[in-house]
Amino acid sequence: MAITEAPRIVTSRIDYEDSHTLERYLATGGYDGLRKALAMAPEAVAAEVDAVSLLGRGGAGFPAGRKWSMLRKAPTTYLVVNGDESEPATFKDHLLLERDPHQLVEGAVICAYAIGASRVFVFVRGEFALGLERVQQAVNEAYSHGALGRDIFGSGFSVDLVVHPGAGAYICGEETALLESLEGKRGFPRIKPPYFPASIGLYGEPTVVNNVETLSNLPWVLVNGSEQYNALGEGRSTGTRLFALSGHVRNPGVYEVEMVKTTFRDLVYAPVLGGGIPGGRDLKAFIPGGASAPWFGPSQIDLPLGQDEVAAEGSMLGSGSVVVMDSSTCIVRAAWRITRFFWRESCGQCTPCREGSGWLEKILRRIEDGQGRESDLDLLMDVCDNLSPGVSWPPQQTTICVLGPSIPSSIASGIRMFRDEFLVHVKDGVCPFD
Amino acid sequence: MSGHLSSEVVARARELVALYPHPRSALIPVCHLAQEQEGWLSPEAVEEVAEIVGLEPAEVVGTASFYEMLRTEPVGTYVVSICTNIACMLRGAYELLEHAEKVLGARAGATSADGMFTLEDVECIADCGRAPCLSVNYRFFGDVTNERFDALVGDLRAGRLGDEVPAHGTLVRVRRDGGLRVDDDTIAAERRAASDAAAQRAASRGSGAGQAAGT
Repeated sequence: MAITEAPRIVTSRIDYEDSHTLERYLATGGYDGLRKALAMAPEAVAAEVDAVSLLGRGGAGFPAGRKWSMLRKAPTTYLVVNGDESEPATFKDHLLLERDPHQLVEGAVICAYAIGASRVFVFVRGEFALGLERVQQAVNEAYSHGALGRDIFGSGFSVDLVVHPGAGAYICGEETALLESLEGKRGFPRIKPPYFPASIGLYGEPTVVNNVETLSNLPWVLVNGSEQYNALGEGRSTGTRLFALSGHVRNPGVYEVEMVKTTFRDLVYAPVLGGGIPGGRDLKAFIPGGASAPWFGPSQIDLPLGQDEVAAEGSMLGSGSVVVMDSSTCIVRAAWRITRFFWRESCGQCTPCREGSGWLEKILRRIEDGQGRESDLDLLMDVCDNLSPGVSWPPQQTTICVLGPSIPSSIASGIRMFRDEFLVHVKDGVCPFD
Repeated sequence: MSGHLSSEVVARARELVALYPHPRSALIPVCHLAQEQEGWLSPEAVEEVAEIVGLEPAEVVGTASFYEMLRTEPVGTYVVSICTNIACMLRGAYELLEHAEKVLGARAGATSADGMFTLEDVECIADCGRAPCLSVNYRFFGDVTNERFDALVGDLRAGRLGDEVPAHGTLVRVRRDGGLRVDDDTIAAERRAASDAAAQRAASRGSGAGQAAGT
């Protein structure tokens, strides 16, 4: 097993019981990165971040530095923190919000300084009650510590931060839907173009939207420098990354590991990480990057945890969530459950997604219930093709946002990898795993 | 229409409105706040929320109805949300849900006869490291077995979790400590920019009328 000696960048203090407090944060180097940033010119801070290949940790993997550089020049600029973590089996931002909220506040202020934002909105998933309380507490402490508000640490730079609760809608993780929600509307993704909130964002003003984990890296980057960061990982996937491991493993949880140098096998089987599959059962399939990602099988377990490496194999590292399914898993049921999720969470704007998700869910359900027909397999793929022509990866777009074209991932993976299992359900008229 | 929401809730709601360049942005936080009073958004509460953020009641309901957490119908004292998404399903979530339905005497989506529990079958609540997991009034409980579920319900019935699990509707107990600290000029500039951008968008929509939009 090749578990590297890489430092923990964003989870360095979560083992402390009081990791969320200002006292612990200051005792462990907290706000040093911000002080260092404020002594530099904003452009120099942006350049330092642009020098690291910090791929966005929300799902799309867009380099943070480049996102910042695309900002339209305007008198008012906003930073919006995307803490609406809702992709199934993704639970790493939840951890950071609850256990190290000051790190996020510090990262957000560093970013605000670099891009010249006048206001930061931290959008936290509404269901994260404790996370919301911890972040608000940290914000209150940061104000009294002088790390937020007017004339931060005597630098002359001022910025306000508002913690904004979501209210339960997966789609608000999509950045333009998040902005609509933040404007007090239904969370409908915006029509593209404009593609980037950097040109037209919150209230039509240039806006950077960054993920919680992405921003949580910034204090370390400022303190240790881009060179040290880039020394970790490989290629474009530098640094460490949080992986949320769940499903059939002995030790599900969030693990921070060095990118590329660590493999899916390490993550699932290393005793200090996933610890392997319980009961000595075999690996059947795994989801490498959230419910939207096409599945992998045992032959891909040695792939490195790198964005481009996973993309080259036809899937994505996405939100960093890895779901392990062992030999006891009914593939039809797994595909059905993920499809049901998309059906429930479709915002309803676009016909292929709104209607397609419901029909796919019904067809999968009848196969699982033993009422399926052999022609259902072709029917499923046909509906998938209407959602995303060619049912390939990356998916062809038919809808305003990427939610719709992600729906076929689990179904196409299931049918392509385990066609016989679908057919057994149809022929026997019953789920063989019941 | 006023007087339904307590003066304290109204005062806090007005503080929230002041945090944003555009009052409508405060709609969802104000809805959460209004829910603290009765656990849901009654028609009376909706009217007052509308007045506070400067919208019509229909606009408030139109937005609120999009969001799972904003309730336009009454719910029980404790909303028990069991995750059945993939990570929890692989670790027995549906078996747990079935058990919960029996114990609470309510199907998923319904409220128990005594009005104490509303049971929900929800999408991933991001606690998959402790699957199967659930939340009660958005406070999380992990590695839930049938036995642990029974014990949890017993504790809730006996009122032993008063601090840990506040009554439904109370989302965040930590209040923002003070108002804005950036100068008034910045806020005024943000408000101007927001209304300019809105006017610009309205103008460009007007000139693009007749073009097909969306799907």
